[in-house]
Amino acid sequence: MQVQLRVRRFNPEKQPKPWWGDYSLDNVSPNDSVLDLLHRVKWTIDGTLSLRRSCAHGVCGSDAMRINGVNALACKMLVARLADGRDSVKVQVEPILGLRVLKDLIVDMEPFFDHFRSVLPYFINNQPAPANGRERLQSPEDRARFDDTTKCILCAACTTSCPSFWANDRYVGPAAIVQAHRFIFDSRDEGFQERLDVVGDTFGVWRCRTIFNCTNACPREIEVTKAIAEVKMALTSGQV
Amino acid sequence: MSTKTHTHTFDAIIVGAGGAGLMAALYASREANVAVISKLYPTRSHTGAAQGGIGAALGNLEEDRWEWHAYDTVKGSDYLADQDAVDVLCREAVDTVIELEHMGLPFDRTPEGKISQRRFGGHTNNETKKPVMRACHAADRTGHMILQTLYQQCIKNKVNFFDEYHVVDLIRVDNTVRGVVAVCLATGEFHVFHGKAVMFATGGWGRCWDVTSNAHSLTGDGAAICLRRGVPMEDMEFFQFHPTGIFKLGILITEGVRGEGGVLINGKGERFMEKYAPTIKDLASRDVISRAIYLEIQAGNGVNGQNYVHLDVTPETVNKYFAEAGETRRLTAEMIEQKLPDIADFTRTYLGVDPVKEPMPIQPTAHYAMGGIPTDVDGRVILDAANTVLDGLYAAGETACVSVHGANRLGTNSLVDLVVFGRRAGVHMAQYCRQADLLPLPDNAAAEVMAEFERIRQGQGGAKAAALRTRMQKTMTDNVGVFRTADLLQQAMDDLRELRQEFVNNIQIDDNGRQFNTDLLEAWELGCLLELAEVTAISAAAREESRGGHARDDFPQRDDEQWLTHTLCHKAGDQYRLDYKPVVIGRYQPQERVY
Repeated sequence: MQVQLRVRRFNPEKQPKPWWGDYSLDNVSPNDSVLDLLHRVKWTIDGTLSLRRSCAHGVCGSDAMRINGVNALACKMLVARLADGRDSVKVQVEPILGLRVLKDLIVDMEPFFDHFRSVLPYFINNQPAPANGRERLQSPEDRARFDDTTKCILCAACTTSCPSFWANDRYVGPAAIVQAHRFIFDSRDEGFQERLDVVGDTFGVWRCRTIFNCTNACPREIEVTKAIAEVKMALTSGQV
Repeated sequence: MSTKTHTHTFDAIIVGAGGAGLMAALYASREANVAVISKLYPTRSHTGAAQGGIGAALGNLEEDRWEWHAYDTVKGSDYLADQDAVDVLCREAVDTVIELEHMGLPFDRTPEGKISQRRFGGHTNNETKKPVMRACHAADRTGHMILQTLYQQCIKNKVNFFDEYHVVDLIRVDNTVRGVVAVCLATGEFHVFHGKAVMFATGGWGRCWDVTSNAHSLTGDGAAICLRRGVPMEDMEFFQFHPTGIFKLGILITEGVRGEGGVLINGKGERFMEKYAPTIKDLASRDVISRAIYLEIQAGNGVNGQNYVHLDVTPETVNKYFAEAGETRRLTAEMIEQKLPDIADFTRTYLGVDPVKEPMPIQPTAHYAMGGIPTDVDGRVILDAANTVLDGLYAAGETACVSVHGANRLGTNSLVDLVVFGRRAGVHMAQYCRQADLLPLPDNAAAEVMAEFERIRQGQGGAKAAALRTRMQKTMTDNVGVFRTADLLQQAMDDLRELRQEFVNNIQIDDNGRQFNTDLLEAWELGCLLELAEVTAISAAAREESRGGHARDDFPQRDDEQWLTHTLCHKAGDQYRLDYKPVVIGRYQPQERVY
């Protein structure tokens, strides 16, 4: 099939303004991903096109992009899905919004990881480990409580789809709250209060306006808005 | 790239931020000033793609012993693994997995709340010979959980990260190590990291082949850098083809699918593994199953006359075979969704196949390097058959060859390898830094690799890296795949030499900028792949026997008389030289390998 690919280009070394790169691609397989299209441009048309990618099957989180106006991983978005039965399709690819663009589809991820680090995204339990030298016990029900939020790959698709984050980038954003959730609801973790202090702050969960963009954007199908709501509940009730 | 360089000084420098690098960082940073350098953000590392489980004889669901794990590993390796190292691997697997749990890793749980375990290929109860539940798992994203947990702990312990710095050279002066040279992706500037110790934990080089489960970033940088700096490569002819990659795409479908009862079915509807491994059938070692799939396809038993077979985990099929085998367990659709959610997502996304209802088309996919940078059990890099250590240089994880995997790695043992030997290397490195002096940097430490980058940048010969890479992947797939012969390997060596000449004489890139010049870095990575591909073909051509992942049509038997030995391939200038090193045999004498 035929794809008209339009890519938001930017290279501050060459020119201060961004521009659109248009590429007409023939003989595209419907099973090709948007990452395949971008690679085809980079490898056969214009080697200067710059993007991040690694695993190419949706688990490393490198290639979150705005594809036809919606955040997705380029490697998981197949042309067939965008074409929806038609034999030719227009595909527009832009960098994710709300983070500074450095070159083409590459954005500055540092502010995103700063927010991630701010929620104490690590296991806290200062009790001695079991004396028998074995694992801490956890029931399957307690383990299931936070299963959904363990799936996060830190791709930033949720945070950069969030209008509250676009409006104020000091908001920790959905991804950081997902990470906080993963520990707040882990029965083994003891960092509950410290973490709630961070996410209950002015730039924490109360910036969420329940818009659901994050849930729609998540390539891991995490129920992000629900996780945020559970953290809000924990804050108001003081319990998990 | 700019000619300006920056210098940073640390005690120890760890290159790569997957499981091995992060585990080493956690331990080394307790005592030493450590930098972790990765060309990716750490959470992008390919450890995160590991699915099914990490093997450890916890015995949480049935009797198990680490010695059984050791025997299975040695048998799986086709007796090429060093048995002293295998003992370390399997003994320390147990407390390392417990340690991961203490770090917060969310393993799945048994009803009593212990770490849950599942069956996996080649892991058995040595007395009954039946598959044993040894793979500790967290759904089908065990590697993701390990990577996340270790990265979280590194944040907690304030480890110094240099994210998106691409290490391109090792600074070695005679038999000492002084640091590494890296390119900062964002600026294109060269940085020299000066230190007492350097560790490579840079993963594999599956991108030498065209159908692979490996990430685009797996270009063997650390191994190639070491090779260029006088370190031989061990057992490079042994590269694992995982039997169940998604047809054409190569994306991995975990062995855990078969652990849960999934079966391989050919175009005639036969469960063909019954012929090749009568006792454990679909849970035989990976090399055995990959060869069986090839033979089925060669015999015209592919599905629809094509080069694939089916992996069937539909409850209907699985339960039929459970009933036939007299097993009481049954599989339900809900269990598939719960235990194999990512696999279900992959096949639905990329194939439009729902594994609950339909079989998945699969073919073997280039997956894992058993060989690599030779090390001892403390991760110290060794230089020759006499096991001479290069002080201050370490390697761990897939890029290293301890050797615990020998000629074929068992499923789950890659994750065990990462954490066990990552930890040991980290501990040893910290000790080493305590007593070692910081030796001065040589003048112009980065000059040589900067000249190489300048050569690539200035090249006008019209050869694109992507085109050369495609040709390399084709010849490796056609000629250095599951089955090999002298003629095929000669063809590969000829093709690879020609490609290397083209790379040296004619490479040309489009991007002459500095910032995020991935065009330039991809071309440099191709140089790494080409050298490792050549070492693989040369090592494979010399080994005139069949063992584990190295199957020679022209030498179909294992030959312990002549070939119970590790290959070492040295590079000197433009030439390669082979040497051999004895295998360490322990409790288990080589026997015929039957599953």
